[in-house]
Amino acid sequence: MAAPALHLRGLAMEYVRGKPVLRGIDLEVGSEGLTAIIGPSGTGKSTLIRCINRLVDPTAGEILFQGQDLARLRGEALRHARRRIGMVFQEYNLVERLSVMENVLSGRLGYVSPWKAWMRKYPREDIDRAFELLDLVGLSAFPNQRADSLSGGQRQRVGIARAVMQRPQLLLADEPTSSLDPKTSVEIMELMRDLGRSQSIPVMVNMHDVELARRFADRIVGMSGGTIVFDGPPAALSDEQLKGIYGGEGWLH
Amino acid sequence: MSAAGARAAFPANWWLRAGWACLCAYVIYAAARLDFTWERFVVGIDNGARFIGRMIPPVIAQPDSLANGLIESLQIALLASFLGIVISLPIGLLAARNLMPVWATWPARMAIALCRSFHPVIVAILFVKAVGFGAMAGILALVVASIGFIGKLFAEAIEEISLKQVEAVRATGASFMNVITYGVLPQVFTRFIGFATYQLDSNLRNSTMVGIVGAGGIGGTLFSAFQRFDYDFVAAILLSIIAMIMVGEVLAGWVRGVFLEKGKVDGD
Repeated sequence: MAAPALHLRGLAMEYVRGKPVLRGIDLEVGSEGLTAIIGPSGTGKSTLIRCINRLVDPTAGEILFQGQDLARLRGEALRHARRRIGMVFQEYNLVERLSVMENVLSGRLGYVSPWKAWMRKYPREDIDRAFELLDLVGLSAFPNQRADSLSGGQRQRVGIARAVMQRPQLLLADEPTSSLDPKTSVEIMELMRDLGRSQSIPVMVNMHDVELARRFADRIVGMSGGTIVFDGPPAALSDEQLKGIYGGEGWLH
Repeated sequence: MSAAGARAAFPANWWLRAGWACLCAYVIYAAARLDFTWERFVVGIDNGARFIGRMIPPVIAQPDSLANGLIESLQIALLASFLGIVISLPIGLLAARNLMPVWATWPARMAIALCRSFHPVIVAILFVKAVGFGAMAGILALVVASIGFIGKLFAEAIEEISLKQVEAVRATGASFMNVITYGVLPQVFTRFIGFATYQLDSNLRNSTMVGIVGAGGIGGTLFSAFQRFDYDFVAAILLSIIAMIMVGEVLAGWVRGVFLEKGKVDGD
């Protein structure tokens, strides 16, 4: 592995004092490939993803991304770091009343002045790229449709286009397929994997579905009780290890 | 039949019954204190009939002062609505507890509460004392009322938005202002248009009244006609106020329609 794109060191987080959700996570993520984070509900997967772009503030530890410790950034420096990190959400989190195009272009909000953003005066190249991305995610017919008129799968495609619109150097996804049906879930995972490859950026996805993780991930990180208990390629993930991650075995077969 | 006898499905609430009894007793006492009696009402009807008789037919005794008064009222309402809306936007935003820290919401909420605590007529009296007779005082009074109303409702609307949409915009690295214009405003825009047009309507009505205390508008004309016992002119003024309010309501509905239509998507 080349120099890691992202390096977490001793990352800890407590929402309530004395009840840690993350207990000193150490993790290196390479500059390419899809990393799936699996684990039972409430084990801190989501918190981990959200700490990286500081939607949640970690209690302790370092988040080294391109030579910067994101955990220490504030104000404008933090916003500039966020511009380089795309994020896809479980419930899509599109601005419902805005059009598909406005949602995709909102990926550029870190670069556009408030006045231009308000007047919808985006640079020509951003607009061209937004149309390209809509073609890529298969939504070129809907640029002016309101986001709340789309289906779940379509919304998530807009969410992905918005994240990629940032030209991110890291793509995060917090349970991107948990609100979708199995077929759409596969399509969304394919899209994320392919986009990660074509942009040559690392993708970190936390997910519930172990089979989906096995199928699409280059690397699987298993979490349990706020720590990493498995880290390796999908092939190395045995039933024994799944038992260690989720506990019990009745659910396995 | 159970041996234990009938069980009460609803236990008697003696406190509640006592409360109702006290309320009834107090209403009767207050009516007696204030000489609120049937005899006076009957006598009053007689006076009222004579008063209405003198109003018919309505006569436009002073067309100039009627027209000027109406135009002034309209201008007071428009200016007060415009200024009130512009000022209440930032105040309402500052007062939203889900987006702003306590040190910002607390003074903003105080300001809104202060604006809401007095009736526009009382505020108009204060402004007449402060800036003198005329439309200026009326405009300021209605600006205060507008800030109180729109500011409060706008803050409440913002407190009900979905923070997920805000979070997603924040995650793109957007500046605070961009988060507001993309994450917050689209979610409250239609409701805000509703508040604003309602306030315009309400300002139009109130602008006909502040003149009674000398703060400009048709109210002054109305009051002096009353004092001169020109009841036929009073009737004409009242009818023109009704007409103006109705036109205003139609206009407000039209504005609402234009904006809400724009919020929709083509071919939706």
